[in-house]
Amino acid sequence: MSFERIIFYAFAAILVYAAGRVVTARNPVHAALHLVLAFFTCAGLWLLLEAEFLAIVLVLVYVGAVMVLFLFVVMMLDINSAPLREGFIRYLPVGLAVAALMLFEMVAIVGVRYFGPEQVAIPARHPEGYSNTAELGRVLYTDYVYPFEIAAVILLVAIIAAIVLTMRRRPETKYQDPAKQVQARKADRLRVVKMSAEKKQ
Amino acid sequence: MIALSDYLIIGAILFAISVAGIFLNRKNIIILLMAIELMLLAVNMNFVAFSYFLDDIAGQVFVFFILTVAAAEAAIGLAILVVLFRNRQTINVEDLNSLKG
Repeated sequence: MSFERIIFYAFAAILVYAAGRVVTARNPVHAALHLVLAFFTCAGLWLLLEAEFLAIVLVLVYVGAVMVLFLFVVMMLDINSAPLREGFIRYLPVGLAVAALMLFEMVAIVGVRYFGPEQVAIPARHPEGYSNTAELGRVLYTDYVYPFEIAAVILLVAIIAAIVLTMRRRPETKYQDPAKQVQARKADRLRVVKMSAEKKQ
Repeated sequence: MIALSDYLIIGAILFAISVAGIFLNRKNIIILLMAIELMLLAVNMNFVAFSYFLDDIAGQVFVFFILTVAAAEAAIGLAILVVLFRNRQTINVEDLNSLKG
């Protein structure tokens, strides 16, 4: 067994364990943290597949941004998770049965018979100095430049939508209205009273 | 060396686990969103594996776009979740029946 194979099986075992804990964890925070572990080990597997850029993006974007957002939301909402878990035992048999059936069918198709080492040759490693990032960037900014711009617009829409959805004006808080502040005139606020000087008693 | 089928089977296992998770946690929207993220991860794994074994970078470009859309989906989904919790004080799927669908 080569060293590469040992690494692959170690990462695969951790990945399956983490994914299993994500769906069975009692506490949503534990589920989110196990999802972080799953993303990390998946990034390791992608490094074995020479997809270095995507592995780093997975760690930076997913673990760094999306999962932190998940953790924020889980911790911000005061959720009583006990009623959310009812039905877990009741749906366990059917869930496991459907998952096992799907897994069996998929493995029957994507297994060694059609995608084994005899059918799909294992490619040679890229030579030293080959940059996955440069290659990906070259394709992304030439052949896929329009999808790339659409992706940028989608992100913009997501930013605006998230802000608009969660922004609220509380009626009890007092806000400044700069337009009204600028329009205020001296005559509205100040009254000069004419009176004669008073004598000291 | 590791064959393509090994990576595809890992992707299939991940996908099956997340399908089971959707069955098991059908009350909790947060876990449902996490199971969807796992599903996307399984699909991405297949894309990257095929990209390497067929020596075609287009698969990785596809994964890039999937990651973009998934990030947008997670942001909007969590925003909806926060608004939902603010209005209903619950995220239980059973209580979300005001549309009578």
